[in-house]
Amino acid sequence: MIDVTKIRQDFPILNREVNGKPLVYLDNAATSQTPQQVIDVIVDYYQNYNANIHRGVHALSQEATDKYEVARQKIQEHFNAKNSYEIIFTSGTTHSINIVANGFTTLLEKGDEILVSAMEHHSNIVPWQMLADRTGAVLKVIPMNFEGELKMDVYEELLSSKTKLVFCNHISNALGTINPIEEIIEKAHAVGAAVLIDGAQAAPHVKADMQQLDVDFYTVSAHKMCGPTGEGMLYGKEEWLNKLPPYQGGGEMIAEVTFEKTTYADLPHKFEAGTPNICGGIAFGAALDYMNAIGFEAIAEYEHKLLEYATQELLKIEGLKIYGTAKNKTSVISFNIEGLHPYDIGSILDKLGVAVRTGHHCAQPIMDFYKIPGTVRASFSFYNTMSEVDVLVAAVIRAKGMLE
Amino acid sequence: MQIKEIQDEIVDEFSMFDDWMQRYEYMIDLGKSLPLINDSYKTNDNIIKGCQSKVWVHAELEEDKLVFTADSDAIITKGIIAILIRAFSNQRPQDIIDADTEFIDEIGLKEHLSPTRANGLVSMIKQLKLYAIAYQTQLN
Repeated sequence: MIDVTKIRQDFPILNREVNGKPLVYLDNAATSQTPQQVIDVIVDYYQNYNANIHRGVHALSQEATDKYEVARQKIQEHFNAKNSYEIIFTSGTTHSINIVANGFTTLLEKGDEILVSAMEHHSNIVPWQMLADRTGAVLKVIPMNFEGELKMDVYEELLSSKTKLVFCNHISNALGTINPIEEIIEKAHAVGAAVLIDGAQAAPHVKADMQQLDVDFYTVSAHKMCGPTGEGMLYGKEEWLNKLPPYQGGGEMIAEVTFEKTTYADLPHKFEAGTPNICGGIAFGAALDYMNAIGFEAIAEYEHKLLEYATQELLKIEGLKIYGTAKNKTSVISFNIEGLHPYDIGSILDKLGVAVRTGHHCAQPIMDFYKIPGTVRASFSFYNTMSEVDVLVAAVIRAKGMLE
Repeated sequence: MQIKEIQDEIVDEFSMFDDWMQRYEYMIDLGKSLPLINDSYKTNDNIIKGCQSKVWVHAELEEDKLVFTADSDAIITKGIIAILIRAFSNQRPQDIIDADTEFIDEIGLKEHLSPTRANGLVSMIKQLKLYAIAYQTQLN
């Protein structure tokens, strides 16, 4: 079991006040907070060895290059990729998805089908719609039930030899549903389709094994797992990454350039044009170290307790309804109170020091499905406490009293 | 009453509250007391863009004065539009065009709203002024 009191000491921001009240930070699905250990790595980089990588002959450049590549290996180990060059540093999940969506432009033909789950956020919808527009491929939706679980029988019916790509999130940001990605991947592979899993919401809660999953692409954002913003990764199987053309042209991604022809660098550099977020990559590695030191099993166990307690306490509030009640879900609670607008509730919670997200969570199709303008979303991390759940519940009750 | 006098009155009312929870409560009360817009005016054309919640505003000329009615699906937003309507409704279009909006800063409304709501507030003021300009042109 994790020692939450001790862990909280690692997060200086958790001691601050908001609107004169102690901060209760429950917007972890949007971005998580950063521990001192990771902040120290960021400061150390800029204080001691800030230099451009891979090209410099001088000591600082060598040091930065070494640490950047060590971070890549840490990420490889954490996600159990077969090779470190299958880990592409990106600015985050959205960038990662766009690399793949762009790359498939040359691999799809008119009439090919691509399947998307009904519970995606916009980053995992729009790039594929753009791909469909460019190629004439058809985008089909895997529907979900009212509990927020994918209808796997319909998924099977949708799969055919025409299906070239399937994309789905590992965990839904708006509902907390943990999707059966093993089954999704296996069934897609049976018809010869490639699979991209958006792991942005899963990576902070569960350890995903790329080889065991046999997934073709997997995307992660560092800022949702105690790392910096503007940093993330795309995992791609070697054979797929070799098939995809480069996404951007520039320095670093070339082998040889003449005005007649350019040849491209090998993986991973083919997809890493220009100067990357060097400090971000190194800090991403440090964030993984931090979370692994606590242990993902311990994190999952503790967060599940937070989820159960918060669900039980929130449901005692009359008129409160939770959206996303999948059997297998993570520590995200999306709710509304009958007759009240989520935006009003969120605004009052903010005045009481409680940070939650309100709105459609960049997943408008989900809100359309439930015919609601949005929800209030409380998302928990391993540094949240049971007493913070109590503060949330009391704040929701107060907001309800004020608004009704 | 002239716009400036009404605005001063609103500033006075808000200065009575010690903290922002009380001001929020007051805004919620104002929202609840807002005369509702006729349902037939709750159209897409009347929605003010830039709000996370929906706001509908309708303007009508009664004699030489412009009368605003409004509604929102969120009660705090309704309170905000209620304050604006109180300040600007039932006034001559030219006076609305000429009126300044400093009172918003004086009651600290903008800085105590979330950025999206503050943007919505700016959009609402802009929309009321646009109506005034449109009707003034008509009167001319």
